[in-house]
Amino acid sequence: MSSRTTSGPGSNSAPGREPRRDAMSLGIAALNKLAGSTLIDRFGLRRPVERTVYEATRTGFRTIAAASRTFLAVARRSAPARLPASAGSNLFDLTPTDEQRMVQETVRDLAADQLRPVAAEADAACATPEDVLDKASELGLTLIGVPEELGGAGTERSAVTNVLVAEALAQGDMGQAVAILAPSAVSTALVLWGDGEQQARYLPAFVGDNVPAAALALAEPRPLFDALAPATVARRTAGGYVLDGVKSLVPRAAEAELFVVGAQLEDAGPVLFVIESSTAGLTIEADPSMGVRAAGIGRLVLERVTVPDTALLGSTDDYRDCVRLSRLAWCGLALGTAQAVLDYVIPYVNGRVAFGEPISHRQAVAFKVADIGIELDGMRLATYRAASLAEQGKPFDRQVALARILCADKGMRIGSDGVQLLGGHGYVKEHPVERWYRDMRAIGVAEGAVLV
Amino acid sequence: MINLEVPRKLRLMVDQAHRAAAEVFRPNSRKYDRAEHTYPVELDMLAALVDGLNAAGEGNASAGAGGASRRSRPKRSGEVRNGANLNTVLATIELCWGDVGLLLSMPRQGLGNAAIASVANEEQLARFTGRWAAMAITEPDTGSDSANIRTTAVLDGDEYVLNGEKIFVTAGERADCVVVWATLDRTKGRAAIKSFVVEKGTPGFELVRLEHKLGIRSSDTAQFRLDNVRVPKANLLGSPDIDVSRGFAGVMRTFDNTRPLVAAMAVGVAKAALEETRRLLTEAGLTIDYDGPAGTRPAAVDRYLRLEADWEAAYLLTLQAAWMADNGKPNSLQASYAKAKAGRSATTITLGCVELTGTLGYSEETLLEKWARDAKILDIFEGTQQIQQLIVARRLLDKTSSELK
Repeated sequence: MSSRTTSGPGSNSAPGREPRRDAMSLGIAALNKLAGSTLIDRFGLRRPVERTVYEATRTGFRTIAAASRTFLAVARRSAPARLPASAGSNLFDLTPTDEQRMVQETVRDLAADQLRPVAAEADAACATPEDVLDKASELGLTLIGVPEELGGAGTERSAVTNVLVAEALAQGDMGQAVAILAPSAVSTALVLWGDGEQQARYLPAFVGDNVPAAALALAEPRPLFDALAPATVARRTAGGYVLDGVKSLVPRAAEAELFVVGAQLEDAGPVLFVIESSTAGLTIEADPSMGVRAAGIGRLVLERVTVPDTALLGSTDDYRDCVRLSRLAWCGLALGTAQAVLDYVIPYVNGRVAFGEPISHRQAVAFKVADIGIELDGMRLATYRAASLAEQGKPFDRQVALARILCADKGMRIGSDGVQLLGGHGYVKEHPVERWYRDMRAIGVAEGAVLV
Repeated sequence: MINLEVPRKLRLMVDQAHRAAAEVFRPNSRKYDRAEHTYPVELDMLAALVDGLNAAGEGNASAGAGGASRRSRPKRSGEVRNGANLNTVLATIELCWGDVGLLLSMPRQGLGNAAIASVANEEQLARFTGRWAAMAITEPDTGSDSANIRTTAVLDGDEYVLNGEKIFVTAGERADCVVVWATLDRTKGRAAIKSFVVEKGTPGFELVRLEHKLGIRSSDTAQFRLDNVRVPKANLLGSPDIDVSRGFAGVMRTFDNTRPLVAAMAVGVAKAALEETRRLLTEAGLTIDYDGPAGTRPAAVDRYLRLEADWEAAYLLTLQAAWMADNGKPNSLQASYAKAKAGRSATTITLGCVELTGTLGYSEETLLEKWARDAKILDIFEGTQQIQQLIVARRLLDKTSSELK
């Protein structure tokens, strides 16, 4: 078919318009095949490349989900415990509470002393070191979002505090931050939307000494993914549901003992399900990605996964809130990484000399730094506003959406400028800016995994 | 406790400002855009109303530049204030949602009034209350480089004698007096620059011409020549000492207060454009869905949301700068953040809104094309985008103006 008014696939070089394969390209393909064959290995032409199991291709690492502990309700509860909305304030105010400041300082110390020094290793290993997870767990970050009556330390909704924690952690390292926050995404979901029985069964483990790895799985691996219309489906059966689908960007996927999974429930719309990792039909695939690698990202494949009635968590409205609050948590992470970029490039451009003076004396360099400062502050205020509305129980859909656009667009530009300002040095792994560049691309792409 | 909503106690004032903008500014918006240099008589009534509000509200409810005030001290340490600065930016946003040019033409609310409020002593504050003061900084050969102004002031007995030329004086024709920047000694640089209140009608103070502009046409922009203009010694604002160590601090302090105001103007006009565009897009059958997927929503909705996101950042940065001033926190950096972000966003947003609405937005049938013309000045006066970036960069990088030029 040809048309004179519409561009079709042809030989012109434009995205999506690949030239037809000709003799030349077939020859190149043959060369590629040769390069990939074991023949050249036999002649020692290729340097041996070591890869960890986790870094292998997706199909190279496939396993059943981790065995889960037995989650047993310690006490029967009929009514769920919820954290009341924050009372709010009758003043425009940008001052964190004393408690928030304390939490912020503690978490910043953890980020600077524990996360940052091992960030490059954790990125390479696609895992967060055990002792980092232990030290974070000692701080009891999960407790903040769990009501006192369920063994936690929470007295009211604390979306702002959670955002501040995400921000402070990501200032150290976004990947490890996601690994650390993954269990509290699940416990927060249970606090917000779980019924009495679900809370009694699962939450005690999250306030104990040995917090289980757990993951909120909303994303799916395909273009044009719409978080509000997942392709993972749940069909009603007698006494429960059967789920089928693939979830992506699942943090600590291989070790997680409990999943909260988003799925389309037949005619009802998207909802959440609590699924224990030992449930039959769950498979984990490693899915190392561009960044946030220390989170141990994987895919969760659900094949005829049968769950009981009691696995349904909340309503379709709750699902929508879950998507929003997760996006908000990613905004918090973006703030921390963007701040890390700013704090890193300032001494660099002041110290780097070219043409006889520090490069920061040139407007082309200095104005990039100025723009990082300006846009980061705008991102931060927009994110805080959304969080503050959320914890006060007011509508926050608009503010989350705008914060997310800012954090994705400006955040990515900050990530990119961070590399640009260091030039060639920014492109190599001696400096962390290339990692932040990769991490920052998660914002706007990611759904799920973290929740405030 | 972190809360970024406008408190209930200020909402009444915001509503009042909005009504004034809707009832007085909007209906006259196009009229004075066409009739450049014609005095908007409708403003006299509104100005009287604003004076009344100012008197009634302990200086709390305010509209326009006159509301800028020096940094206030918190009543008790730790106590958070929502004071005159926050009030003023909120009112300014609403009034500029109505019309930027008309706000700039509001009697007794000139940028000179902000300068007086920021740096005048008690005696001067009392003496100039109720006067409409314009601001004259720029010269034909000196724009952003305001440390290099050539207008001179020489003490002669009890008077200063001023000589020079000033351009781009907003409300210069209509104001009662003009705050003129002049140097006491050109060899001493910025430290020698002082501001002087010059009464209109003073001999030698000659209005040369009025400009024809891209936008804000309802606001007059005047050029003055100062030819041996004699000004009482007591009209020098702030200290007459040339303190080289403090440099520009005195006169520049004005900017910490006026930049959030100009940012507020930008936020206001951009808000108007977004609202109108949203209405037109909705009429055309689109739904602005905040939760929906970025990948598949209509391009116009996506574009609109991106513009609105920039607006949100500009709005919050503006409120932050004002809140800091109210609470005695140094806000030079945040004032420039606000001005830079709001100035450039207002231009992007209003131009984007014209693009989104096609020839309808481009025509004079709606006000969208006018707002796009009005917005451009907000990224220029009170310090251009580039000057804001310089200020921000110098602060973040800890550089002097001789290092980072």
